Amino acid sequence: MATTALEHAPAHHEEATGIWSWITTVDHKRIGIMYGVTAFLFFLLGGLEALVIRMQLWGPDGRLVSAEVYNQLFTMHGTTMIFLGVMPLSAMYFNYMIPLQLGARDVAFPRLNAFSYWVFLLGGLIINASWFFGAAPNGGWFGYANLTSAQYSPGLNIDFWTVGLQILGVASLAAAVNFFVTVINLRAPGMGMMHMPMFVWMSFITQILLLLSFPIITVALVLLMIDRSFGTHFFVPAGGGDPILWQHLFWLFGHPEVYILILPSFGIVSEILPVFSRKPLFGYAAMVFSGAFIAFVGFGVWAHHMFSTGMGPFADAFFALATMIIAIPTGVKIFNWIGTVWGGKLEFKTPMLFALGFIAMFIMGGLSGVMHASPPADLQQTDTYFIVAHFHYVLFGGAIFALTGGAYYWWPKMSGKMLDEGLGTLHFWLMMIGFNLTFFPMHIVGLNGMPRRVYTYSAESNFELLNKMETVGAFLLGLAMLVFMWNILKTWRSHQPPAPADPWNGATLEWAIPSPPQHFNFPALPRVHGRDALWEMKRVAGGTLPEPTPVAHDAVPMPNPSWKPLVAALGVAITLGGFIGGSHLWVHAVGLVVLFYGVYAWAFEDPFAATGH
Amino acid sequence: MSQTPVRRLRLGAPVLLLAAAMLAAGCAPDQYPQTTLIPRADFAREADTLMRQTLLWATIVFVLVEGALLFAIWKFRNRPGAAEPVQTHGNTTLEIVWTIIPAFILAMIAVPTVRTIFKTSQRPGPGALQVEVIGHQWWWEFRYPELGITTAGELVVPSGRTVSLEMTTADVLHSFWLPQFAGKRDVFPGRYNNLWFKAEVEGNFPAQCVEFCGVQHGRMAYRIVSVTPEAFDAWAANFNAPPKDFTADSTANPLVREGQRLFTAKGCGGCHAMYPALPLIGPNLHHVGSRSHIAAGTLENTDENLARWIKNPQEWKTGVLMPNLGLTDQETAAIVAYLRANQ
Ligand code: HEC
Ligand SMILES: [Cu+2]
Ligand SMILES: [Cu+2]
Repeated sequence: MATTALEHAPAHHEEATGIWSWITTVDHKRIGIMYGVTAFLFFLLGGLEALVIRMQLWGPDGRLVSAEVYNQLFTMHGTTMIFLGVMPLSAMYFNYMIPLQLGARDVAFPRLNAFSYWVFLLGGLIINASWFFGAAPNGGWFGYANLTSAQYSPGLNIDFWTVGLQILGVASLAAAVNFFVTVINLRAPGMGMMHMPMFVWMSFITQILLLLSFPIITVALVLLMIDRSFGTHFFVPAGGGDPILWQHLFWLFGHPEVYILILPSFGIVSEILPVFSRKPLFGYAAMVFSGAFIAFVGFGVWAHHMFSTGMGPFADAFFALATMIIAIPTGVKIFNWIGTVWGGKLEFKTPMLFALGFIAMFIMGGLSGVMHASPPADLQQTDTYFIVAHFHYVLFGGAIFALTGGAYYWWPKMSGKMLDEGLGTLHFWLMMIGFNLTFFPMHIVGLNGMPRRVYTYSAESNFELLNKMETVGAFLLGLAMLVFMWNILKTWRSHQPPAPADPWNGATLEWAIPSPPQHFNFPALPRVHGRDALWEMKRVAGGTLPEPTPVAHDAVPMPNPSWKPLVAALGVAITLGGFIGGSHLWVHAVGLVVLFYGVYAWAFEDPFAATGH
Repeated sequence: MSQTPVRRLRLGAPVLLLAAAMLAAGCAPDQYPQTTLIPRADFAREADTLMRQTLLWATIVFVLVEGALLFAIWKFRNRPGAAEPVQTHGNTTLEIVWTIIPAFILAMIAVPTVRTIFKTSQRPGPGALQVEVIGHQWWWEFRYPELGITTAGELVVPSGRTVSLEMTTADVLHSFWLPQFAGKRDVFPGRYNNLWFKAEVEGNFPAQCVEFCGVQHGRMAYRIVSVTPEAFDAWAANFNAPPKDFTADSTANPLVREGQRLFTAKGCGGCHAMYPALPLIGPNLHHVGSRSHIAAGTLENTDENLARWIKNPQEWKTGVLMPNLGLTDQETAAIVAYLRANQ
């Protein structure tokens, strides 16, 4: 092995810098950072939309925004948080952490990875460009037919939505193929599937969900788009179409999507808890199989979103039972997390606070979920704020808490800086209190009759007090976000010593290499013999490992940067963008030419050719 | 970072949560006229019983599991000098136990669920009052085929008698909800969905559309008016009396006569029928004068509100399918008087 020679090479490790180096990068870590920054900005936008919503609902008959603007706001809040916030924030961790945790040098297809990012960025920009036309999507994130038909939604609003989501779907599918192959093929020597870190496992299952569910929504969106652009009648009852078909297609995607949003977070929490409990994950195999089981059964429960459509008692009963069954593996996960903490030596560092907060809040969301798995009870709860409360406990109390915990956990690795623990603790408690103040009252106001998606409520309804609490809570959440950003800014500018490679006494391979890692991650591929590979290495070495030293930046040949993925991504965006406002042939034509050129140039490019610098 | 502030804060959270819960409990359901927590009909009672059973199980599980979590957090916090924890990897017996116990609890929920599903999806027997419910952007129409009545905005039902709703829509999907009496059902073009209930009390209850249906979804409300069977028969008989023609009646209030003339002259009649059974684009206004609310249940039916609505419906419901007809104050007053006279 060349390891020893490499370790003694002169330690200059400058890498290319500047805008162009980021635009052409195919390094999974840089792409991960770009995903993270972009998604965080979209996340802030979605949060601001939520704050306007909360201000409008401060009192009865609110007049801050018009009904039309409100409908655009809640549509974009949901669409943004799901497709441009939580999913790409997870993608940041997939990108940055899957190769590191696998002990790999990059993903299987680095240029495809860059392509995914650019397509995602363009999709997000196109869907948000609608604001400048005063025509942001206004049919809800679920876009129910036949309201979205050309007859009832003649404007550009729904076009931006169908086109934007299709573009985002391309990004998700390309990324899913990439990570699927990465996990199958690029595990470090000796790392069996049942040795992989839990985050990799949950992410792997997520990729399978993406691969199976995104084609379904894509089909639905294409049908809707040609209904709108070419006057077909897939969802138009007057022409023999059926609006219920949309609901089935949408939720056949939509329910697995819920697990796409939450499984990566399950993974993150399963990484944090053992490290800060100083104890391996409890019930590793049970965790893997419960995750797989949830994903599998998750394809058979979609119609629990449709109990009020009147499917008949047999369908209602089937989907009710299937939904309840999913509660069992979910419970298994929660019990195993508690089992991990049990008997440990808990250190309440910020990542741990968020991971524990995640469990506490997720329990709540899971239990309210069981309440509306029961169709007759759901006939009272569906489309009320009770549901809004439920899925925020799952997606905010769940996913956002875990993703934030992940940010504190992996920040040193990604940036080389430690975040401030005091501010982190403050962030956590502000978020915990703000979150519960915002979303707990929604259970009550929902059961007491407040519907979702209403731009205002009457004084008679008496919803005012609870709504005021919610609005105050939402602003606390905004404050928590400011504390987080202040933490980032403050530690970024401080001259603290660089973060060590392994600040938390981590169990997984990302902590074996410098923070931030060099371009090629591992000068020599690590050899793995079981789970918690790094803990095992440290045990064999008698406690600790020496701080890894950087080696020459060209010690390992890595693929060249490439701008072709960006060109291909532009081609995809332009081609589909031509469907905004009907179908513009010349736009499709230009887009296809660009796409063809991008793919052609990409296909004949030698990624390892000498670049002559 | 020192341990104390964390520990103090960790106590603070449950206290805060408790305070929130107490505040919440203080908000008793009877303060909310649209509440689902006080069932007032057989159907709603079925749903409520089931909801309370699941809520009970959910609460028990919540307390136990959150309790276990908090206990573990407190018990196993890092104390100075604590030994390295035992490196356990799992326990098969435990895995089996915590798979079976939730399965058992879910079975306890599933059995009554399935029973209630089949019970509530039975069709009401003969003798039920038939009402056809039709969603429109953004108001609801009610037809009583046996009585020859077409009305809007107010579903009038007799208490103590099963009402069978056959529901559909004239345009996009909506969802008809009776929070106090039954659940909700979505309505689809060209299809009929059914709900039924037997009101146990009399009263005038608010309700609203619960499927997003376009710009004014938020103000697509209605009233459910439950009256005694006698009052219901009187209402139906009165409704079926032919409309009054004030212009032909020289003894009538001149303002009302002027209002009737304007109603036709300004084109209101093109969208609104004043006859018991004629459906048009807009809500049937026969007897609008005696309704408790107008503008799809969102404004009290006072003269001021009627005038406000007629003068500029776009102000209260921007985007509504009734145009601003540019009426003067005098014209408005006359039309209001005419509508009010239609009791
Ligand atoms: C183009 C059709 C149209 C015309 C013309 C029209 N309306 Fe309307 N009207 C509607 C529609 C549609 C509604 C239901 C609005 C809603 O609540 O969404 C309505 C609602 C009403 C209501 C409230 C009914 C209720 O119970 O909620 C009144 C009263 C009313 N109109 C009176 C008038 C008068 C008076 C005129 C003439 C000056 C008039 N309308 C002209 C379409 C029309
Ligand atoms: Cu679902
Ligand atoms: Cu509606």
